[in-house]
Parts: sequence; C-alpha cells; structure tokens
Amino acid sequence: MRWLSFHGIPLWRDVRVLRAAVQIVSAVLAVTIVVFFIDNLFSAADKRGLAMGFGFLSEEAGFPIGESVLAYEEADSFQYAFLAGVVNTLKAALLGIVLATVLGIVVGVARLSNNWLVGKIAGVYVEFFRNIPLLVQLFFWYFGVFLLLPKVRDSIQWPGPVYLNNRGIFFPWGEPSSSFVPWLIVVAGGFVLALAVRAYLARYQDRSGRTAYPNLAALATLILVAAIGCIAVGQSPLSREVPVLGTFNFQGGAHLSPEFMALLVGLVIYTAAFIAEIVRAGIQSVPRGQVEAAKALGLGDMEILVTVVFPQALPVIIPPMISQYLNLTKNSSLAAAIAYPDLFSIGKIMINQAGRAVPVFMLIMAAYLSMSLVYAVIGNLYNRHVRFSRR
Amino acid sequence: MAAAQDTAGLTGGGPATARPPMNRLGPAGWMKANLFNTWYNSVLTVLIVTVLFLTVKPALVWAFSAADWSPITSNLKLFLAGQYPLDQMWRVGVSVLIFSTVFGVAWGVWGGVARNFALLIAIGLGALAFAPLSLDDLGLQARVWIIANPVAVVLGHQIHRTPLAASRWVIIWALASFVLVLAVLRGVPGVPWLPEVPTGAWGGLLLTFLLALVGIVASFPLGVLLALGRRSNLPVLKGLCVLFIELVRGVPLVSLLFMTQVIVPLFLPEDLRLDRVLRALFAITLFSSAYMAENIRGGLQSVPQGQVEAARALGLGGAHTMLFIVLPQALRAVIPAIVGQFISLFKDTSLVVTVGLLDVLGIGKSIVLGNVEWVGSQREVYIFIALLFWVFTYSMSYASRKLESALGVGKR
Repeated sequence: MRWLSFHGIPLWRDVRVLRAAVQIVSAVLAVTIVVFFIDNLFSAADKRGLAMGFGFLSEEAGFPIGESVLAYEEADSFQYAFLAGVVNTLKAALLGIVLATVLGIVVGVARLSNNWLVGKIAGVYVEFFRNIPLLVQLFFWYFGVFLLLPKVRDSIQWPGPVYLNNRGIFFPWGEPSSSFVPWLIVVAGGFVLALAVRAYLARYQDRSGRTAYPNLAALATLILVAAIGCIAVGQSPLSREVPVLGTFNFQGGAHLSPEFMALLVGLVIYTAAFIAEIVRAGIQSVPRGQVEAAKALGLGDMEILVTVVFPQALPVIIPPMISQYLNLTKNSSLAAAIAYPDLFSIGKIMINQAGRAVPVFMLIMAAYLSMSLVYAVIGNLYNRHVRFSRR
Repeated sequence: MAAAQDTAGLTGGGPATARPPMNRLGPAGWMKANLFNTWYNSVLTVLIVTVLFLTVKPALVWAFSAADWSPITSNLKLFLAGQYPLDQMWRVGVSVLIFSTVFGVAWGVWGGVARNFALLIAIGLGALAFAPLSLDDLGLQARVWIIANPVAVVLGHQIHRTPLAASRWVIIWALASFVLVLAVLRGVPGVPWLPEVPTGAWGGLLLTFLLALVGIVASFPLGVLLALGRRSNLPVLKGLCVLFIELVRGVPLVSLLFMTQVIVPLFLPEDLRLDRVLRALFAITLFSSAYMAENIRGGLQSVPQGQVEAARALGLGGAHTMLFIVLPQALRAVIPAIVGQFISLFKDTSLVVTVGLLDVLGIGKSIVLGNVEWVGSQREVYIFIALLFWVFTYSMSYASRKLESALGVGKR
C-alpha cells in the first residue's frame, strides 16, 4: 500500500487528491447526463423524424394571433410571430410593473398609517392576495369577471365615452395627426428649457436659502411650452378618437381585450401585495430618530415621508423590488392559461404548427433568460451605485 | 416552546412588580385617537366606511342569496380526491385520520401552535360533519368518516402521556405517517385489500397535497446540497451549481413543467416512460430547490467565520463542522425564508393545470367547463378555490411566525 501514498499521506486522505477527484467525478457526471440526453434526442430525431435546426423560422407562420402590438398577419414568418409574442409579454410586464409599483407603495404606506382602519384594510389586502395562487386569481378575473360582463349591445358606459363589455374596455385615444412631429420637437425643446430652469432655481435655492420650487417651476415651464406649441403648430397634434358602436363591435379609440385586462389586473394586484411588504420593511428600516428629528424641524407628515424617509429606505427597497419585477415578468407566462398571446403561448402554438419542439423551446428559454439577465444587470448597477454613493 | 412556558412560570412566582398603569381610553376615546386624530384622517375614515358599506353589503347579499354554490356542494368528492375510485375512498378517509392523530399528538407534546392547529382541525371537521348540506351532497358514510377526526385528535392528544410520544419522536411519527399515508393511498403490491391506485387517478386536494408535500420533502435536501456546492471552493462543482441555480431561476415554472411534459420525453429512451404526476413533481422539485439553495446560501453567509475556526480548533473535521456547527445555525437564521419558499411551492402546485393535471384548480375548471348548467357559476367556483388555498397558505405563514418567535430568530 506504500505506493498509494505521498509523503506518508494515503491518497484517499490527501486533500489535493480528494479535491481533484470530487471535481472530476462531478464534471464527468454532468457531461454524461448531457451526452445521454443529446444522444437520445438524436436517435429519437432519426427514428421519429423530429427536425432540428432553426431554418424554419423564416417560413410562413400561418396562424392568427388574438392581439398584437406589432402589426401581424398570418403570412408573416415564424420569427416575426415570436417577436410579436415577446412584444406582447413586454407590454403586459412593463405596464404591470408601473401599476404594481404605484399600488404597492400606496398599500405599503397605508399599512403604516396612524389611521387604524386604513392600516387594517391594507393588512387584509396583503395577507389575502399574497396567499392565493396567481393562477387562481387570473382564472377568477378572466372567467369570473371580465368574460361575464354584458354583451356589446348592453355595454356598461362609464362617465364619458368609455365602454365596458365582454370584449374588453373601449376608451377614447389620441391619434397622431400631421402636426404631431413638429409639436414633438417643440416639446423636446421645452424639456431642455425646463431642465435649465430647474438647474438655475436649484442653484439659487442652495445659495440664498430661500425656497424657489425648482421642480414645480420646471414642470410649469414644460406644460407652458407644450401648450404654446400646440397652438403654434395650428392643427391639434393628437386627434381625439372616440369609440362608436358599429354593426358588431366598437370602432375607433383604443381597446384592451378581456385577456389582457385579466392578466394585467391579476399581475398588478398579486405583485402589489409583495411590493407593499417590501415598502413597509424599507420604511421601518429607517431609524425612528430620523422621523423625530424631521418632526422637530417642523416638517409635515407628507414632507417627512417624501424627503426624509423614502430616500433612506430606497437602498433597502430597490433590490427586492427588482426581484419582484423579475417575478412579475416570469409570471406573465401564465397568460397562456387565459389565452393572452404572450411569448410562451405563441411558442406553444409554434411547437404545434412547426413541429419543432426543441428549437422553439430553446428560443423560449433564451427569451426569458435574457430578460432575467437584464434585471440582474440593473440590480447590480444599482448596488454598485449605492455602495459608492453611501457615506 | 416549553422553555418559554417555564420562564413565564418563574416570573409569575417572583416578587410582585407594579404593572404599568393600563391606558384606558374607552370606545369614544379610542376612535378619536385612531380614526379621527387629524382632519384628513377623519375624511379618510368616513370615505372608507362609505366605500366599504357600498361594496361589502352587495357582496354579502350576492354570496348568500344570488350566488349558486351547487357546483361546489355537489362535487365535494371531486374537490377532495378527483377521480380516486369511489369504492377505495375509505383509504383517503384513513389518511386524513392519520394526519389528525399526528396533530393531536403534536398538541399534547408541544401545545402552543400545534394546539391551535389541532383544535382548528377538530372544530372545522366537526362542523363540516353537521354542515347543512343535503345527504346527496355529503352522504351519511362520509359524515361518519369526518366526525371520526375530532375523536382522532383527542385520542392523539391522550397518547402524549405514554412514553411513545416524547418530544423528539413527534417528528419521526410525522415522517412515518407520511410514508404510511403514501403507501395506503398508492397501494401496496401483494396486499389484496390495498390494490394499486395509479397516480393518474389522483386529483383535487389529494393531488395538491401530494405535489406540495413531496416537493417540500425532496427540494429541501437538494437545496442544501446546491447551496453547499455554490459555497464550495472547488471551481468545477461551484460552476455547475451556479449554472443550475441561475438557469432554473431565470425561467418561469410553467416552462419547466412544459419541459418535463413535452421536451424531456424526447430526450429519454423510448422504453422509459415516466408517470405524468412524477414528471410534474420533478419540475416543481427542481424549480423549488434552486430557490431554496439561494435562501440557504443566505443563511450560510450569516454564520460567522469564527464558528468554523472554533470547530476546527476543537478538532472537528469538515463534514462534522458543517453538520453540527454551521448548518444548524444557518438554517435557523433563514426559517422565515424557507417557510416562505414552502408557501410559494404550495401555491405553485396550481400551475400543473397548464399541463393538464387535475389538482384542485384543474377540478374546478373541468367542473365548470364540463357541465352546461354551471357555466354561469365560474365566479363561485374560483372564489371557493381561492379561499381553500388561502386557508392552507395562511396557516403555514401563521405557523412560521410562531416558530420564529419560539426559536428566538433575530433575538439570540
């Protein structure tokens, strides 16, 4: 057994040998599993005629999509159909993120309100919606609310030309007219001007110590320039389009389908419950003395929240918030269960239509992974920013 | 839990200390302090009370008069067990009884939270047995099975006086009963009175619990291993673990479920065909273990390096240091996160609907779609399912909060 040792240490107790052995074994195991799967795949591909490769992507898709932000027709290619799905996912995710953030902050702040009723209602909201599976909520909103709305003929009319029925919600919308682009240029100029006004007033405020309302003044400048530009370009830049009941459905204006509404409402209400908890924890992480000091300086409740508490709570709030945004984006894949054509449901249709399960599935995974990557990059950038700016 | 009660007993017998004066406000004073303390709070309170009255009242009127709950009351068996053979339903009854008994034992040994849960089960099921439903919906036989549960809870509570039920045994009893229940439900080959019931016939709450419990039991050790692998200083092992964790966390669970149902069969030899429930379980376990690994990694990072050095100084080897020094402290630090992960795993079991399995949500959906007269009652069905899920998830988070305070997380 002498030959099995090095400097008197037997090989099976030599740390260097053990380290190398564990690594080699795990690597071999991983490679074996991958090779086993790929080998099976290719033998299955030969036997059952499963086609590999991404060449089919430029072929004609030939299936309809319920709704799409991009103009899509059945004659378009598979890759364009997939892109339409990605854009649909982004539409739901981005709108959902904005709304969930707003609702989450409101509920989170309300939970800490000194009004007993407000605090309790916010608490019940969080405990209720966070503990029910999102898919159950989506089914409830889709099958139990939006599809049970009245038919087009008996639409519920909200104040103004806003109609609600089982084909969705119809509301007025501005269509860009010929003067839209010149107006946009004027507004861009106004934006630059507003920034200059803000910088000047802020400097004045810092130097003189007198309140100069830089943000308010900048906003007023922007609105003023936009209004003047609107008159200057002659024709109104946006023509108002009002939905009108046609023979079968409403024409004109903007339209959100019941599928999209259900997905959006479900995602927003579910995610806002989690965001509310994050906001509450962030606010509670700010030392009590900060609030007391601000009160001693004579600041009002709202002012304390916005200028003292929130800025200090942000480093605690932002990182988990970004992971909630990622969750919301991934959860939007449940759209497939309520017939909203997001990237996952279009991917499933493509698998049926093109019969190429593996390449399409890799596309789906790649799309989600790259979205996760974007969130991770944003999160890391923020963490670095906080680390360097904290004193 | 026992220690907390002891200290309470000690202070009770100690020297009398003056209690702080009770701050008695009275209802009017309380309302002034908590609802009408500023003018905008008064406005807010009045506004909210008005909105609550305008929404809650019609909702209650709807729930008690207009709503049609018959799709739920006439399908209780489907919601409980799905397509489980009717003549074998006694096995489901026995399984529930076993769990009731275990809760009874836990009540006797631990008291506290376990008592609350045992009482909840006893009272809830006792009330269900006398529920004002017709005998067609909830037969006499079923009612007898249900009424046996409070009895089982009380019996379990009595067992704790015997030496069989020492504190540390309860966990072992619970695990043993889990295996026993699986055997009873699945069937034991060679036992004629326990014929095999394939998992394909499982459904409803039974399937939901199977997926959740097996998922929890399987993903926890896998998560620990992945977390240790990620913290390892062996580059290949670490790289593989990081790759797995980040890949799985970057994609939605539905895509993993879809993968195990549609894609993985393509990768396997043709003669190897796995059961559909097993494949869904596989996806849920993989998904959950990646998240579990990240939670546990957080716990491992919170254990001070000095603990490891002290263990080394005492002559403990690597494995012993990890098992007896680092892991216990790491896991205790992240109990809330781990239970949170269990809760989201429980909620995520509902996603198996997307691959055609009939869990509670799947049963609800197929009941609504399968019968024309119930198409209008979708709202009722989904509200019922939502409340059902809520009862279980809220219980879990309640238990987690109690466990946290009992173990003194963040205090010691």
